[in-house]
Amino acid sequence: MNVAAGHGASVRVEACGKTFADGSRALEPATLDIARGETLVLLGPSGCGKTTMLRIIAGLELPDPGGRVLFDGKDMTSVPIEKRNVGMVFQSYALFPNMSVADNIGYGLKIRGMASKERAARVAELVALTNITGLESRRIDQLSGGQRQRVALARAVAIRPGILLLDEPLTALDAALRDRLRGELNRLLRALGITTIYVTHDQSEAMELGDRIVVMQKGTIAQIGTPREIYFQPKNRFVAEFIGAANIIEAPLESGHLVLPGGRQPIGGDASLPAAVAMIRPETIRVVEAGTVPLSGIIDSVSFIGDRQRMVLSGASGKPLTVDAPNTIKARAGERVGLSIAPDAIRLLPPEN
Amino acid sequence: MPHKTFVWLCLLPLAVVTVAFFVLPMARLVVTGAEGPQGLAGYLAILTEPRYRATLINTVVLATATTVATLVIATIAGMFLQRHRFPGRAVLIAMLTFPLAFPGVVVGFLIILLAGRQGLIGEISNHLFGEKLVFAYSIYGLFLGYLYFSIPRVILTIMAAVQKLDVGLEEAARSLGASPWAVQRDVVLPALGPAFVASGAIAFATAMGAFGTAFTLATNIDVLPMLIYTEFTLAANFATSAALSVGLGIIAWAILALARSFSGGAVAAAG
Repeated sequence: MNVAAGHGASVRVEACGKTFADGSRALEPATLDIARGETLVLLGPSGCGKTTMLRIIAGLELPDPGGRVLFDGKDMTSVPIEKRNVGMVFQSYALFPNMSVADNIGYGLKIRGMASKERAARVAELVALTNITGLESRRIDQLSGGQRQRVALARAVAIRPGILLLDEPLTALDAALRDRLRGELNRLLRALGITTIYVTHDQSEAMELGDRIVVMQKGTIAQIGTPREIYFQPKNRFVAEFIGAANIIEAPLESGHLVLPGGRQPIGGDASLPAAVAMIRPETIRVVEAGTVPLSGIIDSVSFIGDRQRMVLSGASGKPLTVDAPNTIKARAGERVGLSIAPDAIRLLPPEN
Repeated sequence: MPHKTFVWLCLLPLAVVTVAFFVLPMARLVVTGAEGPQGLAGYLAILTEPRYRATLINTVVLATATTVATLVIATIAGMFLQRHRFPGRAVLIAMLTFPLAFPGVVVGFLIILLAGRQGLIGEISNHLFGEKLVFAYSIYGLFLGYLYFSIPRVILTIMAAVQKLDVGLEEAARSLGASPWAVQRDVVLPALGPAFVASGAIAFATAMGAFGTAFTLATNIDVLPMLIYTEFTLAANFATSAALSVGLGIIAWAILALARSFSGGAVAAAG
């Protein structure tokens, strides 16, 4: 499936900030390096500046003075989008309603003056790649959401872009379809090997697709890292809570232990501080018989989810503690249980300012 | 009283008004058109009699030219006004739509003030070239007048359509390498197509049938409404003026119907 491989460019975003005409700051000056062929996900809640960052890279927005965008080391800051050779997929797909599916996919090639025979061959290649065979002559309004998404992707990839930019490409779809297309998209991106920048607010999408994730908050970069780093070693409370479920516990520290209402919990790492903000993922807490470990709590509620059961316990930490336990454990609300947590599963976060 | 009867009773006033003021006069007009010395052939005379035919062609050409020019001007202006914010924008839009309030007579008057014998253009050209440029009393003056009152009708429709355009479409085209011209050609103009058809049809029908402006400018301009007027009041040729009226109506109606079938019913016959 070597349809676009080897066309990836590296990207450097250098001190790019964005202030809009009304004075509002969408993006604080930020620097990012994206390797050739890498898939980078910009993740964050709405209004965090991720789309602005994508549009600066695309060339749809100019960064504030001082900011630069480089592709393969070449300064592209003042090059308009039509000359940047980027493929772009929009949240609304932005398919041309006055053209058929095939004409949409072939539009970029036609603009580039590719002969119609060659163009038809390339379109056929992409139609096969994105699994939309048989829809070539359809009008856009005759397509389902999932089909539109595929056409938008095929159109963006057809021009063999150096960089593929995707702005929430799955958000408009329903949950089941989104999950399926996410897997498909992942395989496709790996096969194409194009440098990809993917904007989403959905953390599971970011985890599955990203080689690295940039977590953004209020116009700044909160953390850059691999999905594992982001998940297990969040740099601050915002990242910890935005990615997955997290128990955030504030408690005093005493000789390497968190002092909690339900007992003393040993922690790893730097324990010299007088107090700590600790993050504990629900699935790293094991429910054991009371009395066998120092920490214990009372089960408030148990919800059976299928692959696991989620318990909320009181009395262990200062506030309700969420625990994801295996679905085989028998536990009832009201019961007192022991809580076993490996010291290195506890992540100390910088105190809130 | 059964429900159905009640509904029919409610429709009765509408039916009466429609028959009395629409169906009967129209029927009478059609009949009158065939009551001349030539009978039904009176209708054929619209096309066979050289003077009528020339007037008909004149009128269609004038209406077409007005429509095309209006669409070009209103599209450029409407796109600019919708996409840019600048001081005085609201005032400019208000001024552009102001002619909607004017009857044809006033428009004709304005054209005479501009391009008549004592008009502004004449003064300026006299000053510059020593020759007075006067075209208010010709078909060119009429063209200018029609342009003047067609632009507001069209510009509002175009502005509404531009507002509904998905900016993403233009951005997508640009990301695929399209130059600004190509974006206009391949994305923007096709998307505005229905608005062009709808507002263009109205501009056309208005220019076909407008009378006040033509009458104010001169009584000898060869357009269909003027011809109907002279045949009717001066020559008392009822049959011919009726036949011409029906012909004018059919052409304008056909254009509207054609436009409607293109744009999916967005066109209301107006003007």
